[in-house]
Amino acid sequence: MAAASGVRVHKIYKSFPMPDAPSTSRLALGGISFSIAASELASLVGPSGCGKSTLLRLIAGLDVPDSGELLVGTEKIAGPSAERGLVFQDPNLFPWLTVRRNIEAGLAARGVLREKRNEVDEFMRLVGLEAFANGYPHHLSGGMAQRVALARALINHPKVLLLDEPLGALDAFTRMRMQDEVLRLWENRRTTMLLVTHDIDEAIYMSDRILIMTPAPGRIDREIDIDLARPRDRTSDSFLRFRTEILEHLHFAGKVANVPA
Amino acid sequence: MTFMSQLASDAAVTNKPSTLPWPMQLAVPVASLITFGTHWLIAQKAPPLETHSYMLLFWEILGVSIILAIAQKFWPPLRKWMRHMWPIFTAAILSFGIWDVITAGMHLLPLPYFPGPATVLRSLISDRGLLFDSTWHSLVLLLSGYILGVIVGLVSGVCIGWSSSVRYWGMPLLKVVGPIPATAWIPLAMVVAPSSIVSAVGLIALAVWFPVTMLTASGISNTRASYLDVARTLGAGRLYLIFRVAIPAAVPNIFIGLFMGLGASFLTLVVAESVGVKSGLGWYVSWAQGWAEYGKVFAALIIMAGFFSTVMTLLFKLRDRVLVWQKGIIKW
Repeated sequence: MAAASGVRVHKIYKSFPMPDAPSTSRLALGGISFSIAASELASLVGPSGCGKSTLLRLIAGLDVPDSGELLVGTEKIAGPSAERGLVFQDPNLFPWLTVRRNIEAGLAARGVLREKRNEVDEFMRLVGLEAFANGYPHHLSGGMAQRVALARALINHPKVLLLDEPLGALDAFTRMRMQDEVLRLWENRRTTMLLVTHDIDEAIYMSDRILIMTPAPGRIDREIDIDLARPRDRTSDSFLRFRTEILEHLHFAGKVANVPA
Repeated sequence: MTFMSQLASDAAVTNKPSTLPWPMQLAVPVASLITFGTHWLIAQKAPPLETHSYMLLFWEILGVSIILAIAQKFWPPLRKWMRHMWPIFTAAILSFGIWDVITAGMHLLPLPYFPGPATVLRSLISDRGLLFDSTWHSLVLLLSGYILGVIVGLVSGVCIGWSSSVRYWGMPLLKVVGPIPATAWIPLAMVVAPSSIVSAVGLIALAVWFPVTMLTASGISNTRASYLDVARTLGAGRLYLIFRVAIPAAVPNIFIGLFMGLGASFLTLVVAESVGVKSGLGWYVSWAQGWAEYGKVFAALIIMAGFFSTVMTLLFKLRDRVLVWQKGIIKW
């Protein structure tokens, strides 16, 4: 598959029927627009329920927007495709396949396993899991499982990698290690990445740009370019300044929040 | 079954026996001597009883148990096995003695319905040709019906589980027709089918089809949506989603259906054989009953017990192989 591509989200509306009253609906995304450059690592930050995951599912092609335009490069998104990899908070490894076969799944799904089998070793090495190749997923720790999920998504050389809180379930130390791991993969491959997170430090540490979303209906409230050189120092003044700026924007700095939780 | 042996091997690993205590070594020989002695006393009182083969059996048990008691000194795996198995063997041998006392000894149960173990063993040996033949016929009939039912059940289960339009039409049919016991169709099956064998195969298949379809369909339709989502973003087409995601995810459920179907197939097999088919163990039982040869009835029941539990064990083994990935997640 070709090199990385940018993503353009233009005036996307999406509503869902209310669970208790199916005739009425709730607007999840209200005309959201933004774009991500090729090879950019952008983060979507915002309170839960603001439509981050909904947006990611739309870009992945798993759901269809009510109206608006979604483009990868110059192509319209018409459904799920191996061009747009997706990694969830739960690694969702296939428990009936060994680690190696899970990583191969991307190739097998496209029917190109035979030609590209040699790439599997490369990806096993890339995420450092050669020793677990023939083990089953339930033997893996959370961090290892998520590395397998990343390798599985990357083996198809997607133009865009969508990350839906991929590190959200990990403990703080594993999480920081995995942030470096994802950054390493990104620097290595220059895949366009869109990371959904509600960890502000994670967003500042990793992204080129942070898109702050607000809920009801979800839209982009603010974009912040993080112009810090990598590797970033989580304790530096400039890092903390970004942190303060975002927290203030979300009304969580000092004063009691007056935004709905 | 498997769970029990698992437990046993775990226990064996935790306490490695260096020797087997004397009482354990002696339990089986002593039990067989007791049972043997009881039988000898009973045989003295009732001289017409032909007991040669039964006596021989005990000499054999006695011999084997002594050989094993010696061999275990040199072969640790055998020792582990004996340490685990001696209570059950002792109990089994003693229960033969109790059976002997109740039936041939004290005539507590009416004859000829409840013959003693010696009579049953004699029937087993003297009628071995016909019993073997019946077992073979039952096996062929069982496997043809079971395999047919499983294939049809898997196909219909996958279709109902995957496609909502097939489910709309298939589910009501399944819910209405499925719960009818397969044996209730016998009168109709005998009229419709060209031969009793065909009707029996059909009935067994029907009995297997229902649980396999039901469990397969529920397994497929309950596939975690996120597995399917992940596969879609990996570029999977419909065939991959069905055969490489939904079906593997449904396999644990499918095996429950296979076990339920196997139980139903045993029942249907025996009933079909005793009313229509002129061969097989079910037929043998009702034939022997017709001649009031209850020794043969019991002999056939013993064969059935061994036969059915062997088939069941084989299915367990298959399950252990196929679901090896569940090892450590689920205790069976």
